[in-house]
Amino acid sequence: MAGDLIYLSVDEARDLLDRREVSSVELTEAHLARIEAVEDRVKAFITATPEQAREGARLADERIAAGAAATFTGIPITLKDVLCTRDAPTTAGSQILRDFLPPYDATAVARLREQGAVFVGKSNTDEFAMGSSTENSSFHTTRNPWDLARVPGGSSGGPIAAVAAGEAIVGLGSETGGSVRQPAGFCGIVGLKTTYGRISRYGLIAFASSLDQIGPATRTVADCAHTLGAIAGHDPADSTSAPVPVPDYRAALTGDIKGLRVGVPREYFDQGLEPGVEAAVRQGLRVIEGLGAELVEISLPTSLSGLPTYYIIAPAEASANLARYDGVKYGLSVPRGDLLATYLATRRAGFGAEVKRRIMLGTYALSSGYYDAYYVKAQKVRTLIKAEFDRAFGRDDGADGRAAGVVDVIIAPTSPTTAFRIGERSDDPYAMYMADVLTIPANLAGIPSVAVPCGFADGLPVSLQVMGPAFAEDLILRVAEAYERSTDWTARRPPLDGAPREAIVGSGV
Amino acid sequence: MAVMTAPGTTYETVIGLEVHVQLLTRSKMFCGCSADYFAAPPNTHVCPVCLGLPGVLPVINRAAVEAAMMTALALGCTIQPDNKFDRKNYFYPDLPKGYQISQYDLPLAVNGALEFAVGGETRRAGITRVHMEEDTGKNLHATDPATGAGYSLVDLNRAGVPLLEIVGEPDLRSPEEARAYLTTMRQLLRFLGVSTGNMEEGALRCDINVSLRPAGSGAFGAKVEIKNVNSFRAVERALVYEVERQRRVLDAGGAIPQETRGWSEERGQTLGQRSKEVATDYRYFPEPDLPPLKMDPAWIERVRGRMAELPRARRARFVADYGLREADAALLTESRAVADYFEATLDGDRRPERARLAANWITGDLFAATPDREALGDSPLTPARLRGLLDLLDAGRINRTTAKQVFNELLARPDEDAAAIVERLGLGQVSDDAAIRATVGRVLAENPKPVADFLSGKAAAKGRLVGATMKALGGRGDVAVVNRLLDEELARQRGG
Repeated sequence: MAGDLIYLSVDEARDLLDRREVSSVELTEAHLARIEAVEDRVKAFITATPEQAREGARLADERIAAGAAATFTGIPITLKDVLCTRDAPTTAGSQILRDFLPPYDATAVARLREQGAVFVGKSNTDEFAMGSSTENSSFHTTRNPWDLARVPGGSSGGPIAAVAAGEAIVGLGSETGGSVRQPAGFCGIVGLKTTYGRISRYGLIAFASSLDQIGPATRTVADCAHTLGAIAGHDPADSTSAPVPVPDYRAALTGDIKGLRVGVPREYFDQGLEPGVEAAVRQGLRVIEGLGAELVEISLPTSLSGLPTYYIIAPAEASANLARYDGVKYGLSVPRGDLLATYLATRRAGFGAEVKRRIMLGTYALSSGYYDAYYVKAQKVRTLIKAEFDRAFGRDDGADGRAAGVVDVIIAPTSPTTAFRIGERSDDPYAMYMADVLTIPANLAGIPSVAVPCGFADGLPVSLQVMGPAFAEDLILRVAEAYERSTDWTARRPPLDGAPREAIVGSGV
Repeated sequence: MAVMTAPGTTYETVIGLEVHVQLLTRSKMFCGCSADYFAAPPNTHVCPVCLGLPGVLPVINRAAVEAAMMTALALGCTIQPDNKFDRKNYFYPDLPKGYQISQYDLPLAVNGALEFAVGGETRRAGITRVHMEEDTGKNLHATDPATGAGYSLVDLNRAGVPLLEIVGEPDLRSPEEARAYLTTMRQLLRFLGVSTGNMEEGALRCDINVSLRPAGSGAFGAKVEIKNVNSFRAVERALVYEVERQRRVLDAGGAIPQETRGWSEERGQTLGQRSKEVATDYRYFPEPDLPPLKMDPAWIERVRGRMAELPRARRARFVADYGLREADAALLTESRAVADYFEATLDGDRRPERARLAANWITGDLFAATPDREALGDSPLTPARLRGLLDLLDAGRINRTTAKQVFNELLARPDEDAAAIVERLGLGQVSDDAAIRATVGRVLAENPKPVADFLSGKAAAKGRLVGATMKALGGRGDVAVVNRLLDEELARQRGG
């Protein structure tokens, strides 16, 4: 029975719950059992919260019995451990917050809690979301459910691996430079980065404020649409959240993409793509063409400057955002003889190497005498990248309708490679940073992009991303879902069950 | 840069003030916590936002921005259409986020001036800029009595209280001018209702920059900054001391290094503070959690329309509308509390005689009874109760002598109005002809000497008869009636 209750979609689970065929307690127990069964292999969680989940399920059942169920009432969800929760520790994957219990819920969490969602645990992340593999988590490295010797990607590797492994129906991750899409691609699920301002950041532990966005991690595009619908929208507590109406994203999934112009940016195929990745993405494009869309080769040369631009802006903002962890108010404190010594000892003990590296990079970029050469210049390049996307989408000033070369969406590979081996890049920051080279431009431009599975290469998932103009989440989800319908990639499951462990690990370690 | 001078040079003093003003808003600059933290137990006016917990975000307090706009407009500044907040980065325990949200290269307003009077002359000092920021918390330092070890505690009640920094041009030329500038600034803030302006409570803080230069020189000497100046008196004292100190150093052929000095109230001296080897790099950058503030001209005009009347305009209006004398109008507009009290007492009554009567009672007896003018609003003698007293005077129900007695009762008994006091103490004025004529008759019979004097031509003798009659009436007689009846009775005796 329990086995039948994992890998359900939101719609399927909703249907079972509403028809009282299954209770939320049963659904939740099935997921807790699944966590019990696979967690020693996947290691997706920092803090599993079975007691809170059982209590949430009990309340959800009462609500369902009262006929007051919302979309997520009784649905098991995992939250990346950078999302503040008032009933579970929130660590950001860092020793400096290892015992931190926030007194409040993030807005996105609160909105799901109001719907009666069941929270099964806080899942792993690179420390302060800085990384592309979860190897920078100060707790442990999460494994890729498709090959336990490989990384799940990052920084949202925890919630992504948990959803891929059937430990939760839906996950919430967060993106700063691709931290949902890249691991979603590595683990064969759907990951969305929304328009900057689409989802409130209140309660999301800040990495780089002008880039951070919470993003759904789901197994299907429809689940993604449901999740986005539940958490999107203006929040008075976040001045950067946009007062833009929230459409019915689920209803937008019509399957009809006939006549859409799909931009294929040639530079994105020129970033050291593994042949298997390129082949799968090209095949995916042909499927989309077969659905009636028109493929248009376009050029986005400025996107190539995204990576260095990102590694100025994000660390600069992070250097300020992480200043509050000083051992004075909360979190780790290592008292020493005087104030400066206490600051130094606390931060030396509390932060890992990558976090320290980025604080130093960012502090340097903002320093007097370097500010113009680094920070200001990076902001200018960021403006150019945004303008380049605006032109591609015909959203620049003076654009006359559907001018030649103007496209509705842009499709590109999500990552240049499939999931790499644990340890393979951990000593080479630049190689690690390159994992995000194709996702970062959308973050810098603030536009939405959804990663959807498009095949396999050597048994590992490959993913393509659909980028769209600001606030066109409904459009990119429609494209992704139309594609999903024509293939069965999102129905594939990682070989965690039945298959002998040796066979799963076989390719490595 | 030090200025080298020869002994005997005459110097010009150059002073510029940076004033920090706590804005009198209900909530803090970026969260909903109460900004009225004074005397509250430590860390009781705090929330996740002003504590700088992980994941929280600031939201701009509109009332604080409007209070800042009003102040900038009152100082004649230009409000910049594009405004933004920046992060000023430094580590200190009273700064919960590790950065202060402030304004750096695009402040709220620029290019204003403040006019103030010194020795009967009007002076004008430029305002460079006005910008918004958040206040820090407070560190409290203590010693453990058991071990003798020092320790520090942090109180974050003040963290996030809205603050305005008003940077003045170095246009002030004497300690006296600096003090007048500051008191005028406070008067302005209080009239606008944007701050208590209370220096002792830290609602108004002042950093002083002062240097000397040879008279006639256009260059500036090395700037000395004086901190920890917590009262108007201290501003003037610290400057008098510092100007004299610099003069002595220069006269002795020495040089003044650029430095920060602290004012010691106990020692009456400015003392050199440990100088930092390197200038602090605050690594300002635009606050990404807050969108830029667009100052819509229509918004600016709406705020301008809601601005309280400023001292000078109010003084002129008191003269024009109520027929007050200039001197009275000036006295009544030194403080907004007084001006408000005056107008509340009149309650729309524009008769000049009533205005003069109110002015006399307020600047006379009420001022004498209320040393702290700012506390007039809290006086047990409310404007309405004073108005009751004036009404009784106007109606002739009491005379001046008894009015003073009623006034004291009004102060002592906040629950009783003037009419009730008059009733209870039986102070009602006697103006009944028959009763007064009987008393006059008795007084004339009992005072043959003054009567004889008066009848023999000594007009002054009548005063004694008036006094005796008033005394016989318990001070409650209507003086006009007493005079009239005395005249009649004396005329009859002369005729008889």
